[in-house]
Parts: sequence; structure tokens; C-alpha cells
Amino acid sequence: MTKDLKNPPIDRVDGRMKVTGGAQYFADFELPNMAYCVIVGSEIGRGNIASIDTKKAQGAPGVLGVFTHQNMPPIPGWDAPVGGEADGPAPKPDTIEKYRILSSPKILFDGQPIAMVVANSFERATYAASLVKATYTKQTARTDLEKHLAEGIAPGRPGSSDYLRGKADGYQSAPVTLEANYTIPVEVHNPMELHGILAHWTGTDSLMIYAKTQGVNATQDAMAQAFKIDPKKIHVHTEFMGGGFGMGLRTWPQETAVVAIARKIGRPLKLVMTRDQMFTLVGHRPYTVQTINMGADSNGKLIGIAHAATAETASYEDFTEATVNMTKFMYECPNVSTRYRIVRLDRSVPIWMRGPGEATGAFALESAMDEMAHKLNLDPIEFRLRNYTETDPEHNRPYSSKNLKEAYQRGAEAIGWNKRKNEPASQRDGDWLIGYGMSTGTFNAFRWEASARALLNADGSLTIQSAVTDIGPGTGTALTMIAHNVLGVPLNRIKVAYGDTSLPKAPTQGGSAIVSAVGSAVYDACTKIKKQLVDLAVKDGGQLAGRQADELMMADGMLSIEKEPGKKVALSDLMRTNNLTVIDKSADSKGGPELGKYSMYSFSVHFVQVRVNPLTGVVRVSKAVSVADSGRIISPKTAASQMIGGVAGGIGMALTEEAIIDHRFGRFVNNNLADYHVAVHADVPAIETIMIDKPDPIINPMGAKGMGEIALIGFAGAVANAVFNATGQRVRDLPITPDKLLRAV
Amino acid sequence: MNQFQYTRVTTPKAAVSALSQENGTYFLAGGTNLIDLIKREVVVPERLVDINKLPLATIEKTSTGLRIGAMAKNSAVADHDLAKKHAPLLSMALNAGASAQLRNMATVGGNMMQRTRCPYFYDPSMPCNKRSPVQAGPDKGQPNGPSGCGAIGGINRMHAIFGTSNKCIAVHPSDMCIALVALDATVNVSGPKGDRKIPFGDFHRLPGDAPQKDNTLLPGELIMSVDIPTNKFADNSHYLKVRDRASYAFALISVGVAVDMKRDTIQDIRLAMGGVAHKPWRLTEAEHFLRGKPATEANFKQAATIAMNGAKGYGENDFKLTLAPNSLIDALKTATKTA
Ligand SMILES: Cc1cc2nc3c(=O)[nH]c(=O)nc-3n(C[C@H](O)[C@H](O)[C@H](O)COP(=O)(O)OP(=O)(O)OC[C@H]3O[C@@H](n4cnc5c(N)ncnc54)[C@H](O)[C@@H]3O)c2cc1C
Ligand code: SF4
Repeated sequence: MTKDLKNPPIDRVDGRMKVTGGAQYFADFELPNMAYCVIVGSEIGRGNIASIDTKKAQGAPGVLGVFTHQNMPPIPGWDAPVGGEADGPAPKPDTIEKYRILSSPKILFDGQPIAMVVANSFERATYAASLVKATYTKQTARTDLEKHLAEGIAPGRPGSSDYLRGKADGYQSAPVTLEANYTIPVEVHNPMELHGILAHWTGTDSLMIYAKTQGVNATQDAMAQAFKIDPKKIHVHTEFMGGGFGMGLRTWPQETAVVAIARKIGRPLKLVMTRDQMFTLVGHRPYTVQTINMGADSNGKLIGIAHAATAETASYEDFTEATVNMTKFMYECPNVSTRYRIVRLDRSVPIWMRGPGEATGAFALESAMDEMAHKLNLDPIEFRLRNYTETDPEHNRPYSSKNLKEAYQRGAEAIGWNKRKNEPASQRDGDWLIGYGMSTGTFNAFRWEASARALLNADGSLTIQSAVTDIGPGTGTALTMIAHNVLGVPLNRIKVAYGDTSLPKAPTQGGSAIVSAVGSAVYDACTKIKKQLVDLAVKDGGQLAGRQADELMMADGMLSIEKEPGKKVALSDLMRTNNLTVIDKSADSKGGPELGKYSMYSFSVHFVQVRVNPLTGVVRVSKAVSVADSGRIISPKTAASQMIGGVAGGIGMALTEEAIIDHRFGRFVNNNLADYHVAVHADVPAIETIMIDKPDPIINPMGAKGMGEIALIGFAGAVANAVFNATGQRVRDLPITPDKLLRAV
Repeated sequence: MNQFQYTRVTTPKAAVSALSQENGTYFLAGGTNLIDLIKREVVVPERLVDINKLPLATIEKTSTGLRIGAMAKNSAVADHDLAKKHAPLLSMALNAGASAQLRNMATVGGNMMQRTRCPYFYDPSMPCNKRSPVQAGPDKGQPNGPSGCGAIGGINRMHAIFGTSNKCIAVHPSDMCIALVALDATVNVSGPKGDRKIPFGDFHRLPGDAPQKDNTLLPGELIMSVDIPTNKFADNSHYLKVRDRASYAFALISVGVAVDMKRDTIQDIRLAMGGVAHKPWRLTEAEHFLRGKPATEANFKQAATIAMNGAKGYGENDFKLTLAPNSLIDALKTATKTA
């Protein structure tokens, strides 16, 4: 009955609200009697607070309280992981440090909150915070991963264990071998919107929270655990988010502290952090060092790959990500081994940042593939095709869908790959060197559990409800399209309500999984409505009595006979004649066991053309083409925007972004947006996006896979490869800044 | 940010006398640098004297060249026909600086007076001789923090290679000033003891033993205007700014070139470099070498070698020893090509 057709490009349903200021972000909410909180951060990277003087701050105008480890109100769930550690608690037994905000004079990282100052205006709280003075007994802060690589520990989580297929040193005996080290620096999400929270105790154990979270249900659970209250008494609202990129994937300790202080002072309390605090209190992409060993035969067949990665984490929490995973399944190769280690440093804990570990790993693997292609004198696409695999070699099972060959081909055409020369540094435009590069990206396509509710109203309009937060990718738009495709209700008569715990439970917005998870729940709920409508129409005495369900179609708010255009009934009429004011259906949706027979991934291919000035080492991305193989595209416009945003982020990762620490002090020196270089418009060329747009027959009823991560994964490698093609110089540590390409004239 | 007094003045005379009155008084122009410094408690003012109402924003042609008022906005100067016609190097340099929003606020006087972007200078918990010239009491509790130079032996990728001292290796971050020093500008100032003129090359200073002093302006002096003498460089000027991203980043190296070409020969030339020293760095010896010579790559290379005399790296910024001469060659090629 439903036609599986390509979807038309529709405008973002919340676009008008966003550009007219109608969209309310957490910090936009104002409550009567609200107070403001400002954090004072530690100025040392490790040691103890020797003394802390809050007297002046206490006496400053408008100050309602200054909270330090000496007077912080207790948090009842203190010993549970406050804030919900990203991957659950560390395995026991362990020597890991314990970090509970404002609970002890111990300093575990630079910027750690040492006081939270509350006043009746933001300005007054800021001023009073500047009056808090601490002295410390300092210890040496170990912050430099490069110096502590030998201290790597195996994280002891199932997903992070060592992997072996064939022989670990299989690459060694190959005729052509390669060993290379790749480094990525600390990167910081730096969404435009600053992080924070507004907490309001509406009763002794009931709580209203306006948060900046990628998952309202997750925040609800974390707070319920911390304050030992019934989650149902906690209402969390995050309808809009000014960018997250992963930093809102957990509840951070300072959020929990604000809730505790709000209870203590008996007033709603708002925290909006400063930009420099965004570098230390809401996670970052961890500094990671990787080694790839690769061996191939002279025909360009891979014989072995060994991929090892070591990343930083905090002294008090083991953060892990899937840095080496792509190497296990991307190419056909008999001998593959991977190894992932973390080093506990005196740093604040990392968190997944767009593309997370996979983006880090893809930079190494796809750079190495390019280096090997060069050694073999093969075109980099040809080399990948010679090692292409139609089944997942890690799990020995088919992919649910994979159209990567087509993606290589279409991207190559669009960028003009035939103009590329295999010989590096062989093309010029005036004084500038020209190069082309490409890289593959891949990320899990998930099918998480989610719930949704759909309400068809008597006037034929439709309301969709889900607690999911729209962090910007266009979730609301995609859900609208899915509902429209099932029920044929006109787009402008569909309203999606989201980002609130009063709505049906949804997973945290992340892992490129929301269209698949929540989209399926919406699909199922709408399908239930459809079934009821069809039953009503075809039953005896119904407007389409005696017809078969598969003769019917739904479009323009009508149920009609597909082959007899005149024969139809309006949904509103159908409801009226049956005395229905609403059809209200909910669905809990999850994948069935058959999904386990497949490996489900989205794929991308990125192509870039770069221009490099041989005198100054300046690199400009002059063209970018990104191809997504992510199943059926639900909302072509917002999907293209996702890809474009990924490319912009990828240019930053490749060329400009690096958070720099002075390891003598364990402290950042560029923790602001002037010195931490996010790519600006002038760095980003016009970007061509190509969607393969073929439905995945397995993952969910829409055939859609996610694309938020693949938009970024691999892009930095494509740039590095293009720079090599342009100059003959291989840069293995990001970002590729001019100094790294300089050669004396 | 501390509490301070705020006064607005409408005449240069009132401005000068307001500033001479007490220590801890600062002129407030566009505020794009000063306010940040106050927020970070690098500057802890007693009083701000707002000079935005002073009638010093005109850009005019005089008998000897161009006169640009100290309160003219960076964007207004950059886009002014007189600047584009008679001092295109200045236009280019201004447009290479900061972002459009900042240029709309920033003034010519403020741009000259802006402080270094050395990160240690901006973080009172870190050592810095420019911010805290003398060690006064224990580190903490002092708003201006510990002294010592954080950048020497630290993060110094952006720092100076010329004219440094063992007290400070910071660079003056301005783009505009590179053009002004190249174009032999003169600064007109007014102070408690009257008016005086300062050749642009003498306005900023090297750190020596007093890195807290960026320039030679005396207490209470107000910048009134800048004069640019008539020149023959309009057809062959180029400002090259090498930076970590394509816009909105400070220079790793910048080069201002202004040439008077006669066919292939360099009749006259002005060269200056940014991102290399505590002051806008004029390359007089390289100019001298190129004067009267044909514009060839070989000559550019030799000039670049001469320009690099005395350069010294501090580790992370060693690449500037290569980038600076390369950039000079690149800029010379571009400037002389358009003839
Ligand atoms: C994020 C960022 C990026 C930037 N990037 C660049 C860049 O790439 N290139 C570049 O060149 N600049 C850059 N700047 C610096 C910018 O150009 C300066 O902040 C600006 O020029 C200062 O001018 P203002 O009028 O705002 O000065 P203010 O901030 O008001 O004042 C600065 C200082 O000058 C003094 N002062 C102002 N006017 C006078 C006067 N008439 N007489 C005496 N003293 C005076 C003030 O007392 C104060 O000490 C950047 C700034 C920021 C914040
Ligand atoms: S270089 Fe100068 S400004 Fe920077 S830390 Fe050293 S003394 Fe301070």
C-alpha cells in the first residue's frame, strides 16, 4: 500500500521558529524569583585546595550563597555515579579516583569547580565569583599523553577488548609494508549555545528542569538517581538545542550541583557556563595516538592490518570509544588485529564528539590506505575496490545493505577524479599546487528502542509525540515526513511535539540513531491509525465497504481507491461518521531478532580538492563532495544539511581545530573562540552532497539509516590524502596547519 | 570585572585632562580589546573615559597626504575611497584583520594601542612579565598574577623572532599597523604638555627590560590622528596574511609590500612584517637592497635572506624562520606582478 518512493525535499518544520526567535532554548526560560549561578574553576591541574576565601564574595551585593566543598549541600545519591558516567562505572577492583563535585579539597583537573556562587542577577554572580580566592598545594599535573603512552591500560569493557582475525603479525610477511603513526589533538565540541541548566523544585521532591541535554529521559534518570526521587516527579524539557555534537550526551556533575543548590536556597536556579568552561566541564574529543601496520601483495590485495590506539581519559573515569573498530570490518583482509588502550591523566573526562572514535580511527586507517595505494602505485579508489567486501569479515555475516561501490563512482564523477594524477605534486594552478583526495567513512546503523504516540484529530490534523530532543539535525522534520508517508496527512497539518519527558520515552539523540529508532515508533503508531481507518472504511456500511485493504491508498487527507481516482473519503468524514473525536495510538518499537543476522552500517565517501601554497604552506579546500549511503533518505534537505555540517566540521578537524594545553600548568591556552579555530565560512567551499538513497531492506520499515556521524567520519583523511597528492608531503598529525608543510625555499 | 567609574568626554582637551587626573584611568574607544582585558582582570580600571564622542573620525586629504582620525572605525577606513585610492595597502591590511563585526567597532587609535594576544598575558593565573612586571607579594590574591615569561619555554608558536628580550617575546598583533609603518605614517598626539608628532616606526617599542610598555605614548596622551604621506605605491601594493584559518585569525606571518615600479624595475619600495616582533617590523635593509633592482625571484630571495638577519626562534615558532622569508617572497611576487 505504501509506495516506496524517494522523498521530496521539504523545509525544516522548525525553521521559521528558529530564525524568528520563537524557539526557546534552556537559557531563554525565565522563572519568578530565579537566581543565577556562576562556577569558579580551579587554576591548577592537580593538588589540593589549601584555603578558600569566600568572605568577600558572600558580602558582595545580591549574593545568596557561595558553595564550596566546605558547605555544599549533600546529594543523596552521592555514591552512585552522579551524572551517569558515559559508559557505566569502571570495572572493579580498581584504583580509579573518585570525583564528586564540590565534595573535597582534592583537585583532579584544571578548571574543576571549586566554588559555585549564587546571586540575584547573572552580573552580580559573575562579579562575586571573581572575588573568591583560593590557595593550593600543587602537585605535578600529568596531562601530556605523549609522555605517558606506556601507561596505557586495557579498559576492560567488552567493546574495547583486543581483536584478532588470522595472525596478529600477518602484515609483516607481505611484499609491501607500511608502518605509520597518526595523532589527533584534543578537540572541543564548541556548539554555539553555552551549556547549563535551569532547575526548579516545584515541591519537596518534585523537580522541573530546563536542560541542555541530548536526552531528556537520560537527564530525568540521572537526577532521579542523584536525588533518590521518583523519576515521574522529574520533568525535563529540552525542545531545542543550539548544537550539541555529543557534549550533551550525559548529565554533567555541575548540573547535579545546580539542582542540589536550588533545593538548598529554595529558588529556581540557572547556570549558564562561560566559553572557557566549555573546554573543561563538558567533555572533548580525546587526544589519541594511533599506529597502523599494513601489508599488501603486489596486486594490491591486503594481507594484514594491525591498528593500535591509545587515548587519554581522566584519572576518575574510564572513557572509551570505538576508535579501532572500522579496521575490523571495512576491508577484506585475512589478518587483522586491533588494540585499544587508555591512559588516565589529570584531565577532565572526554565525551563522544561527532563521529566519535570512528572519526579518529578513520583518519588513521584511510590515511594508511592512501599511503599504501601510493606505495603500490595504485589509484586509491582502485586499491579500495580490490579489497572491497560484500560481507562483514568481522562477524561473517551479510551487511543489511551496502552500496559503497556506487558511492565511490558517483563521488569520483562529481569531483572530477579523472583529473587527479597519481604522481604527487604534479599539478599546479599558477603558484598553487592542486591535489585530490578521498576517504571512506562508516558508522553503525542502530535500531534502538523508542516509543511514540500519534493522534489523528477530528479535523484531519495529526499530532506526533516523542520525548526525543531535536539537537538540530531536523528530527522534527524527518518525523513529519514519516508520518505523512504513512497517513497521507498534508505536511502542514502535522505537528510534532518533542523534547519533553511528558511525552513518550525516547532514546538520547546520538549515534545517528534517531530517525531509525523514533522514526520506526512513529511509523508503527501511524500504521495503527491507518489500520483502524481502513477497517472503518471497508467494514459493512463503511464508505469503501467491501474493498480490500491493498486497493487503498492515503494521500491529501483522503483514503481512496488507487485505481479509481474519484472513489475516496476524507479522513475527517470517516471519523465524524464513526463518532470519533480522535484516534490515539501509541507504539513501542524495536528491531526483531532477525536484525541479528546482519551487520548494519551507514557508509560515506568524501572527496576533496585542495590548493596548497608551496611557499606558505597554506591549505585551502577548494571543492568537497560527500556521498552518503545511508538507506532511504527521509528528508532530503535536512539530510543534505547534515552532510554539509559534517564537512564544515571535517574541515575544522583536518585543518584548524586543536585545543592546546601548556603541560607545565596542565591548563589550556586557547580556550576561547578567537584562538580555538573552528572553521569559518571562508574555509568552507561550496559543498556537493550526493545521496545514494536506496532503502535498507532490513533495519526498519522506512529503510532509513543514520547519517549524522558518517557526514564527518573520514573527511579529515580525505583532506590529508589530498594534501599529499598536492605536495608529496604526508601529514599524520592533525590539524594540518601551514607550519607542518613548510619547506625551505 | 571590578567596579569603576565611567565618564564620557566630548573634546580632546577634556579627554586629556580626565586621563591625567588619576592612575588607573583608561580611554575607552571601540572597547573590543579593553573590555576583554577588564573582564579577565588583566586591566583593573578605576575609571573609564569614553572617547567615542570626540570629533576625531574624519578621513581627509591634506596637502601632504591623507589624515585619518583616531576615532575612525577600522571598517570605515578600509572601505573609504581615499584609502583605497591613496593607501590600498592600508585598506587591505585592515580588511585582513579580525572579523567584520570587530572592524565595525574597532578604531584606528584603539588598533594601535591593542595589547598582545599572548595567551599568558590574558590569564592572570599564568606567569607574564608584561602583565605583572614586578613580583608583588604572593601569587594569589594579586589581581595581576605571577611574573616571569610563560611563553619562553612554553607555548610560543605565535611569538616573535625579531627584537625579543629575555623578559618577553610577544608580538604586536595588529595588521593595520604593518601598513602604517610601511607607509611612513606619523602619529599626531595631544597630551598634558601639548601636541607632538611621533614617526610611526617610533610609536611602538621593543620589550627590553620593560615589556609592560608597548609604546612610547606618555601618560595622559591621546592619539588624535595618523598622517600618511603622499606616495607612488598605489598600483603595486599587497598585504599577505598567513594564518591558521582563512579569516578571523591573527597572523602567523604577515607582509606589507608597497612598490613603485618602473617597468620591471623597483624604483622605490616599502616592506614591513607582522607576527614577528613586539612592534610592526620594518625591513629597511631589504628595501635598500631591492631599490633600483629588477623584480626577479632571485632578488626577492636575496632580499628575504637579508630581511631575516638576526631572527631567532624559540622552539614552537622556529617555523617562522622559514615562513617569514617565504611569505616575503610570495608577497613580493604578487605585489610586483600587477604592474
Ligand atoms: C577576537 C578578536 C580578533 C581580532 N583579530 C585581529 C586581527 O586579526 N588583526 C588585528 O589587527 N586586530 C585584531 N583584533 C584586535 C582589534 O583590532 C582591536 O581590538 C581593536 O583594533 C581595538 O580598537 P578599539 O577601538 O576597540 O580599542 P579599545 O578596546 O577601546 O581600546 C584599546 C586600547 O587603546 C586605548 N585607546 C583607544 N583609543 C585611544 C586613543 N585615541 N588614544 C590613546 N589610547 C587609545 C584604550 O585606552 C585601550 O587601552 C582582534 C580582536 C579580537 C577581540
Ligand atoms: S611573551 Fe611577553 S606577554 Fe607573553 S608571557 Fe612572556 S612576558 Fe608575557
